[in-house]
This record gives sequence, structure tokens and C-alpha cells, in this order.
Amino acid sequence: MSDKILIAGNWAIGEAAIRAGCRFYAGYPITPQNELTEYMAENMRRAQGGTFIQAESEIAAVNMVLGASSAGARAMTSSSSPGISLKQEGISALAADELPAVIVNMMRGGPGLGNILPSQGDYFQATRGGGHGDYRTLVLAPASVQELADLTMDAFDLADKYRNPVMILGDGMTGQMMEPVEFGKPRPRRYNEKYILKGAGDGKSKFVRALILDALRMEEHNWKLVRKYRVIEQNEVRFETYKTGNARLIIIAYGIAARIAKGAINRLRDSGMKVGLIRPITLWPFPAQIIRDTAERIDRFLVFEMSTGQMIDDVKLALEGRGHVSFYGRPGGVVPTPAELAKAIIQEYRRVLA
Amino acid sequence: MQIKTVFAGFGGQGVLMMGYSFAQAAMFEGFHVTYLPSYGVEVRGGTANCTVAVSNEEIASPVASQPDYLVVMNNPSLLTFQTRIAPGGAFFLNSSIITGRPKRSDVDIWEVPTAEIAAELGNPRVQNVVMMGAYVKMTRMVSPESYLKSLKSILGSKKKAAMEINRKAFEAGFNHIE
Repeated sequence: MSDKILIAGNWAIGEAAIRAGCRFYAGYPITPQNELTEYMAENMRRAQGGTFIQAESEIAAVNMVLGASSAGARAMTSSSSPGISLKQEGISALAADELPAVIVNMMRGGPGLGNILPSQGDYFQATRGGGHGDYRTLVLAPASVQELADLTMDAFDLADKYRNPVMILGDGMTGQMMEPVEFGKPRPRRYNEKYILKGAGDGKSKFVRALILDALRMEEHNWKLVRKYRVIEQNEVRFETYKTGNARLIIIAYGIAARIAKGAINRLRDSGMKVGLIRPITLWPFPAQIIRDTAERIDRFLVFEMSTGQMIDDVKLALEGRGHVSFYGRPGGVVPTPAELAKAIIQEYRRVLA
Repeated sequence: MQIKTVFAGFGGQGVLMMGYSFAQAAMFEGFHVTYLPSYGVEVRGGTANCTVAVSNEEIASPVASQPDYLVVMNNPSLLTFQTRIAPGGAFFLNSSIITGRPKRSDVDIWEVPTAEIAAELGNPRVQNVVMMGAYVKMTRMVSPESYLKSLKSILGSKKKAAMEINRKAFEAGFNHIE
């Protein structure tokens, strides 16, 4: 028997983070991610040199992460949609300062306080930077508890590699549900000591600073960040394709929605309909190339999101006018069943391919 | 195959533990499994439920719009879920306190007087495990051995006495139903 354990998504993130060497966590409670804060409160103490802080606010938590990261700790904060809005100033600062950090957003229904049910309405916020200024965050979108665990470990490595905040964009359901998980082996941390503030001693003083009042120097910093983002776009795109080989209609969905889509596709395949799936795993960088390449063979796409339609913009940008894109969405905390989605797909399939 | 079960009852009746113990046993047997607790704006003393999906393939959705099995421990749960159960499915009813009966003729109904059986064993707290004995026997998804192994891992090694009474409760539920 393997070493699988049955564990909830939020706990799996916490366990994976600790195993990956996260030694600083600050957070503030919000449903549906409270189990992660709870897990860190309970378990950070067994991590050697681990610190858990329940901060006085979301803003305080993200700024504590900024401080811990500049002092050399692998650091993480987590929240759910309204709390992530509050953290944006800090995320912008992390990006400007080029500090590694992992930020978890277990999305809930919005806008505003919304509700506490699973949703995907924060796609724009996550992939467009979210805070002010020209910057990007890597965004990872897990579709299972196993993937939550794996991507959490990867998130710390990616954050270090590019000295950039990495967001894990899950939802209330992946956070709450339990599935069997086998935790991977963490890789040793590779992070250059020279970036860590730990006292200059007799050497030259070091700064982590994003207040750059000179326009030309600020501009150069922007271009420097962009060069880094281009490298990330080259190297870090991840996606999964499912039954796309002979498909005539391609569903594009991420996270929990992609799982529901797989269920729908399996039903439709049983009745002879040729439907496949492209599942972006990185939302930024977005897997535009595979979508473009697929459009050489197949010109019908249906984007499914638990929102009113956000990722569909990236799909259209990827297609650059090729193919036809339709949309099915359930915002506000509604989780459609595979059967419901299958009906929507059948309609589109019959309309365009009959 | 893909089988979904909803376990429902009052908070405190151990319905989440029923679902978790079963889900873990299914994991031990190598199945794909998801366990989804209800969460929302719940209140103390209110109802609790969880959904367990077991499959030999990847599970698309952990939600059961049409559960195959429904394990109900109290009246409100029966009223909430009886219309949703799949045709050909089965109810496992806590007949000690559930007064109504499902208004469905296309499903099986297994009645288990969990309170009386637990009282005979001298411990009212094991009613949920009594029910699991009946459930494991009739659904045949996991072996009694896997279920007991799961139960043991939940109770922990320090509580030998707790495991003993729970094992008896499981056997009593298992033997009650034919």
C-alpha cells in the first residue's frame, strides 16, 4: 500500500508548504480557507524555526510575509477573495521588490463580501496582477487535492527561481473536500544568499526598496521585470489536454470547473460526441500556444467557468480571431453538475456541428 | 462504477465521521475517493451532512446531485434528501428516531434501530458505527476488515477500549441486517 492519506485541500496546502520548507506563515481568518490557517497554527511549531502569526488583518499578514521573505524565510499567506483584495498592495510591493512569496486564494462567491461558496470570479484579479503597477504574478490553478499539494511545493520553488510572488488559485470546494494525497519529496532550496537581508556586517549596506523616484530608473526597473516575465512565459507554461485527439469541440476550463468538464466529456463521449478538454494549470503564464495550435485542427471552443466569463478573454487573445468561442458560466457560488454542463455542451455541439 | 453516498443527521451524531471512516476504507482498497463535508452558514444544533464518492476512475465532481445511497440519522435529513436519491438506490434509516418513511417506491429501505442496538452494547455514542455495520454489509464496496482498519486509524492506538466497543457496534449493525 502507498503512503496516501485522506486529507482536505486546505490542510494539504499547509502540509505541503511545511514540507517544502515554509517557515513563516501569517494569515487572518476567512471562510472557506480557515482550515489552512488552523493547520499552520497547529503544525508550524513542529517545523524547526517555524513561525505562525494570526495577524490583525489581511494587510498586516501580507506585509509580515514581505518582511519575512526579505529576511530569507520561505513565506506564505492565504485568504479568500475579499481578503485577497486587501492584500493587493502587499503583492504589488512583493513584485516590485522582487521577493519570493506564496499567496493562496481559495475563491468564494463575489463581488463584495459575496458568499462563502466555491467560485472562480477572481481570475482577472489574479492574472492581471491585481494590485497597482506593471507587474505579474505566477498563478497556479489546481483541480484536485493531490494537485494542491504538488503545486504548493512547486510554488515555493518558482517563487525563489524568479524572485516573484506566486499565487495558488483554488476555490472553496478544492479547499474543503478530502481526497487521497501522496506528498512529494521537497527539493533543497536554491536561493542566492545575496538577496537576503541579514545585516551587512562590515560589507556594503543592502536595500529592498521599490520607491524609485527617478523616472528613468523606475522605467528601467519596469523593463527589467518585463524581461523576467518573458522568461517565465517561455519556461513555465503548464496545461493538461484530455481527449483532444479526434475532438470536434474543445472545452477550456481550469480548476474545479475542469474536473466537472471531464465528467461531462466522459458522458458525451459515451454517446459518441467528440469533445475534448484543454485545462490550463498555469493561468499566468497562460497556455496560449496549445490553444493556437489546436485551432489549426479544431475551430470550435467552449469556455466553461464558474464566473460570468473572464478566462474567455485570454482564450480569445490566444486564438487571435481564429475559431469560434462560446461560453457557459455559473457565477456566484453555484457549482454545476457534470450532467448540467453536458446539456450545455450538447446544445453547442448540435448547434454548430449537426 | 461510481457510487455516491450522502450521510446526514444532527450535528453530534457523528455523520462526518461516518463519511470519513468509509472514505478512508475505500482509499485503503485502492479506489478513487472524494469526501465533501457540507459547509455554509451552519448553526449549532443544526444538521450536518457529507458526501462520499467512490469510483474506480477519476471522480469528476464530489457533489452528488443524485446520491445512490442515503444514510439518514434524523427526520429533517430524510425530508431534505428523499427526493434526490437515484432510482434503484437505497436508504439506510435510523429507525430509532425517524418516524416518517420515504415516499419512494423505487428504492430499497434498510431500517436500523441504532439507539436500541447501542443501548444493548451499553454505549449510546456508538450509534453511528452501528449504522456503518449495516451500510458496509449491504453496499459491499469495502470489506469489513478495511472498514475496521479505517476506524482504528481514526480512534488512534491509545484508546484500546474505544476500539473494542466500536468493533462490537460495527458487528452488531453488520449482523442486524439481512
